[in-house]
Amino acid sequence: MGELRIRRMFEKVREQKRPGLIVFVTAGFPDMDATMELVPALVAAGADAVELGVPFSDPLAEGPVIQESSFKALQNGTSLEDCLDITEALRGQIPDTPLILMGYYNPIYNYGLIPFAQGCHQAGVDGLITVDLPGFESDHLVAECQSHEISTIPLLAPTSTDESIKASCAEASGFIYCISVTGVTGAREQVSGRSIELLDRVKSNTDLPLAVGFGISNRTHVEEVGNTADAAVVGSALIRVMLESPRKELVERTSRFVRELAGVTLPNQGVV
Amino acid sequence: MVDINQANRLFPDDRGRFGDFGGKFIPETLMAAVSELESAYTEAKENDDFQTRLANLLHSYAGRPTSLYLAENLTRACGGAKIYLKREDLAHTGAHKINNALGQALLAKRMGKNRIIAETGAGQHGVASATACAMLGLECIVYMGSEDVKRQSLNVFRMKLLEAEVIPVDSGTKTLKDAINEAIRDWVTNVETTHYLIGSVVGPHPYPVMVRDFQTAIGREARAQLLEIEGKLPDYVLACVGGGSNSIGMFYPFVPDEDVKLIGLEAGGEGVETGNHSATLSAGRPGVLHGAMSYLLQDEHGQVMETHSISAGLDYPGVGPEHSYLKASGRAEYRDVTDGQALDAFHLLCRTEGIIPALESSHAVSAAVDLAKTLTPDQVVLVCLSGRGDKDIDIVAQSSGLQI
Repeated sequence: MGELRIRRMFEKVREQKRPGLIVFVTAGFPDMDATMELVPALVAAGADAVELGVPFSDPLAEGPVIQESSFKALQNGTSLEDCLDITEALRGQIPDTPLILMGYYNPIYNYGLIPFAQGCHQAGVDGLITVDLPGFESDHLVAECQSHEISTIPLLAPTSTDESIKASCAEASGFIYCISVTGVTGAREQVSGRSIELLDRVKSNTDLPLAVGFGISNRTHVEEVGNTADAAVVGSALIRVMLESPRKELVERTSRFVRELAGVTLPNQGVV
Repeated sequence: MVDINQANRLFPDDRGRFGDFGGKFIPETLMAAVSELESAYTEAKENDDFQTRLANLLHSYAGRPTSLYLAENLTRACGGAKIYLKREDLAHTGAHKINNALGQALLAKRMGKNRIIAETGAGQHGVASATACAMLGLECIVYMGSEDVKRQSLNVFRMKLLEAEVIPVDSGTKTLKDAINEAIRDWVTNVETTHYLIGSVVGPHPYPVMVRDFQTAIGREARAQLLEIEGKLPDYVLACVGGGSNSIGMFYPFVPDEDVKLIGLEAGGEGVETGNHSATLSAGRPGVLHGAMSYLLQDEHGQVMETHSISAGLDYPGVGPEHSYLKASGRAEYRDVTDGQALDAFHLLCRTEGIIPALESSHAVSAAVDLAKTLTPDQVVLVCLSGRGDKDIDIVAQSSGLQI
């Protein structure tokens, strides 16, 4: 089911000739109930797919904003098991929206690769992004995910070698996540020009859809990404809005931001 | 069954694995840099110019070979086996860390990377990196947990004198593991101009094997020195284990000597049963942190746990993958020593031998004293005295109710 839901999502945005919008929220931040309320609201506001961040104690590829959200989610006791439970509970509310888990390898390894893949399948997880598991180390996990119809989505970076791009594309399913910069996650003023060169190199190795993330923080960025890729991923900029919103206004403010990103309403001047 | 001696010569394999441990569990952005480092190191390892330059620096600048000292007073106080101390505290900057810092800084220069980043816990690796960078004309940035900045102020000042930039890290537990996270984030961002000078046998391949190679001078020298003095090999070799660089450097040349028992001492903190400790190999289980599969102190959900030790240099929830392999294969044994036992050994060595040891090394001294008492005078215990204790005097004064 996982690959099918992701494929249909990309077919839909291609038909509609617009960039897809993938949003990242840290599961359990600011609390578990908030995640349950937020995800359907953000989908209603225009998100085409949702990455659910699995909190980890040592998120070494994250900038300060996602680090803070991850830290708070852990203080709330959010575990990998909870992330699977959240996904299962959300699945009924948003039956057609791809739900992708994104996190670090140790909690998955600790859970056990086979139980984890089974748990994902049962919960209705469509795809998995493991930040610190390059293609080189991912054979076992990829095999388990494939046998449970979970897409394994590789991350590729401007520094990726041609060999690494080729190997990652060969075993990828769903889509390819292209990192726009050499750096950690975090909102930036501009989308890096280096992503274009990376996209060209990736396109010559795969027909899978391409998403671009890291540093995408407003509608202009999303449109820019749409010129060369299929979807934009927005994480830190969204988490920042969450950090700045009082709990009562959380759903309303983040939904407004996602509507802006999706181009549903005109963005306010200066809001980044 | 793999023959440990043969296996140890074969490991790490081409995937950077020591048996089940090691590997390259890193974000894709760093893969190219790690591969570049691997090629550069493989080349430098066989390059006569590089090896000659490093050997000269280790000799004339760092003071190698360090001496092997028969601690007669300590031996007499124990009334058992002879205790020999390998005096890494006498190396330039006061600890074994300089061996690796000089090696990697020379390599970085050879790779054309003039910006060096490093992490430090106790500050000894930070000082060693700042020293090597000052001498070789490289820019040096040291990440240090803000808790460690507080408890190791002397070393922070030394780094600043050496014109390194010390960046306090406030995230997570504010100690060594968070300093490593922050250094990796810097590396991800500046990978094309920057070399990450890791201070221990941890991290993704090739770091564990490269740092081991730079530290094996300790064990090679000690083995030859002891053979010359005693005409035989030691019965036991002891060293403290945080990340595990002085211990791997000490153990590795003895691994083929099957009759020599290797014992690593981890920080038992307030006691392993209290949960406040850093005894990774004794109390942890395999997991992935900072680029390698190894033993790890983690909770039931796979989150890395907070650790405790009186010595900042041992206060780390992970351990080098080769130690995990030596444990799994049974070639080395790992025990823990509490804060209190380490402090007692610290005072004992000051009193009997006129040597102020680092609190890290005091863990090994403590175990050596206990062990020597159970042995006979014809037996030999070799201990790696990995560093000197000047940096620890505030903590020792506080813990012992003394005023400076």
